[in-house]
Amino acid sequence: MPRIIQALYAALLVLIPVTAEAHKPSDSTLGLRIDGATVQGTWAIALRDLDYAMGLDGDGDGDITWGELRTRHGAIAAYALARLDLRADDAVCPAAASEHLVEDRSDGAYAVLRFTAECAGTIADFNVHYSLFFDLDPQHRGLLKTEWNGVNATSILSPERPSWRAQDGEANPWIQAAVYAEEGVWHIWIGIDHVLFLISLLLPAVLHRCKSGGTLAKRPHAAFREVVKVVTAFTLAHSITLGLASLGWIDLPPRLIEPLIAASIVLAALNNIFPVVSRGIWAVAFGFGLIHGLGFASALSELGLPSEGLLLSLFSFNLGVEVGQLAIVAVFLPAATYAARTRFYQPLVLRFGSFAIAAVASIWFVERALI
Amino acid sequence: MKNRMTCSITIRALCAAIVVFMGLIASEATAKPYIPANDDTVLEKLPAPGTESQRVLRGLRTQLTATPENLTLALRLARRYMDVGRAESDPRYYGYAESALKPWWDIDKPPLEVLVLRAGLYQFRHDFETALDDLETILAARPNHAQALLTKAFVLQVVGRNGAAIEACRRLPKSGPSLIVATCLGRVESLSGKAAGGKNRLANALTAGNNEDRLRLWALTNLAEIAARRGGAQEAERHFRAALDLGRRDVYLLGAYADFLLERGRPQDARDLLDGDTRPDGLLLRLAIAEQRLGNDAALRYRTMLEARFEASRRRGSILHRREEARFTLEILKRPETALRLALANWDLQKEPHDAALVLQAAIAAKTPTRATPVVAWIAKTGLEDVSLEASIRRLKQG
Repeated sequence: MPRIIQALYAALLVLIPVTAEAHKPSDSTLGLRIDGATVQGTWAIALRDLDYAMGLDGDGDGDITWGELRTRHGAIAAYALARLDLRADDAVCPAAASEHLVEDRSDGAYAVLRFTAECAGTIADFNVHYSLFFDLDPQHRGLLKTEWNGVNATSILSPERPSWRAQDGEANPWIQAAVYAEEGVWHIWIGIDHVLFLISLLLPAVLHRCKSGGTLAKRPHAAFREVVKVVTAFTLAHSITLGLASLGWIDLPPRLIEPLIAASIVLAALNNIFPVVSRGIWAVAFGFGLIHGLGFASALSELGLPSEGLLLSLFSFNLGVEVGQLAIVAVFLPAATYAARTRFYQPLVLRFGSFAIAAVASIWFVERALI
Repeated sequence: MKNRMTCSITIRALCAAIVVFMGLIASEATAKPYIPANDDTVLEKLPAPGTESQRVLRGLRTQLTATPENLTLALRLARRYMDVGRAESDPRYYGYAESALKPWWDIDKPPLEVLVLRAGLYQFRHDFETALDDLETILAARPNHAQALLTKAFVLQVVGRNGAAIEACRRLPKSGPSLIVATCLGRVESLSGKAAGGKNRLANALTAGNNEDRLRLWALTNLAEIAARRGGAQEAERHFRAALDLGRRDVYLLGAYADFLLERGRPQDARDLLDGDTRPDGLLLRLAIAEQRLGNDAALRYRTMLEARFEASRRRGSILHRREEARFTLEILKRPETALRLALANWDLQKEPHDAALVLQAAIAAKTPTRATPVVAWIAKTGLEDVSLEASIRRLKQG
């Protein structure tokens, strides 16, 4: 009887709340910023976990004070950094603590350890091996966040998957360039305002305006020539300002640029309904293109440019924008050239389409100017 | 008059928005790493410092570090960790228990006693199928293994397989304390259309023997929950108070009693019961709900804390908080669509009355009663008696 009672009691301990009413489990957050041959780390580790691993409560009163923590900083850095293996091209990058801070989170206080690891040379292949607390608590997780040449990555490190590896950076500038080019394409595709501006300029490009005031469809090669002129002018203009703004030579706040972009669309669309400029649309494309370039630049600054390989990244981003833009033109041009021959093109597509674009852009203008 | 009312509502909404915004700024500000002003600043309070239990744990851990292959010692330490983990509802202790069992954790045929604890740990991680696999291995070797049977009964009950759970309770050896069998059976029976019988069985067993406090607490909590589901508020209250009067801290009991109080429109009592205990996520959630209903400023702080915890949980890729997150989204954020999605995802995993209630309430709030149909059918099929669930179903049917 006593044996079985014991066994049953023991079972109860394991059992009662089957459903989690849990605390937050143990995890640390490890941020690594890789730049050239240097890795800057910020590592937040729960004081409770450090106490369990190495004992922080010097006087045993259950309170961990800043004084108690401060005297153990050296030991904490040694303990933690011994359980983090950073390697560049298979060679260890020795890490040294640079600063000790504290952070209060919803589940308690964390020791924040800032450190710097110096690798032998510029990093091409980077490997993180994490083993903090895995021996004490297999449910501990390292939440890794890396930043390398503007490319961010996250990973959950566990006893089953303790490593994270990446190849990136200057060693392979083409990967980096591809990332920026992709971002450029993406920006023009989701940046519906640039697309609408371009379409507003291109809608009349397939028509020939007669002196009598009427219009005729242009022959395909004439339409093509006009479209090339407009697109080239727009591209040149926004490349100039994108470059100047990204290199920091001009600096205008987005608050000013964003409403101006919206205004440029309104004007371009209205010009199709009440023509003010009919010859030399390319000049309009160039003038307003300067403003759109500043818009691209603020998108790029959100993305962040690497300190090394800056020009290549800038060029790739711009190239991406042009590729995205050409894809739109490639669909627009044949469709518009064909549609221009029909009777509905001028009233429906040109006039009504421009009106709709102007209306949408007006709303943007109000939103961006006021909010 | 009407104009003025809408105006004051607008102003209030504006004020609320400003308060939320300020709160976000404040939480941003506190989230920044800093250097404390002086050495006496207390950064962290450790759980239960200097208690007998912590001293014993430390002693056992030191011994085990010296002889990690000592199975008896490892089992003792792991059980103790799980005991504290259960009472404090703190998953760190489950991790420590797993670590104590490490030499046997991944081997081909671990000792049965290791398997029992491993099944318990899997269950805490909501890996119910793996837990059941381990339990079947034990029961194949020892069909009357009491721990394995009891654990199995509970896992089966959580996933809604009540018939098989009752079967496991019945197979428990009769030689043990009868309160264990009675609680096991009473709980599952109360969830499968035999609440009156289950309650009587439990009440009789409680008065019959001289049982240890820990076991009494568990039985009383179950009895209170059964009474509450059957609409016997006074009776439930009495059992909850009796369980609390045993003087043992038990996070599950605190959560269940707080729910009871909240459901009966007594947020002030729930708040007093929880007394600012924000460590366990489940209690923090109930505190946040209580403070919100009382219209206190603390609600905002608790809400920010909960958001941070759910975010941290998501970053870990954990599914442990589905139930809490569904309730948080429904009751605090008041986003019934999202809450319903979370509640249904939780329902796939767990089928206790709380889980059913969440789906029903979210479906009512989201005005999509048909999405609760599987849960309504399940309640009808199992014969679950629960006055608040029945009220929800009536509201669902009224549309």
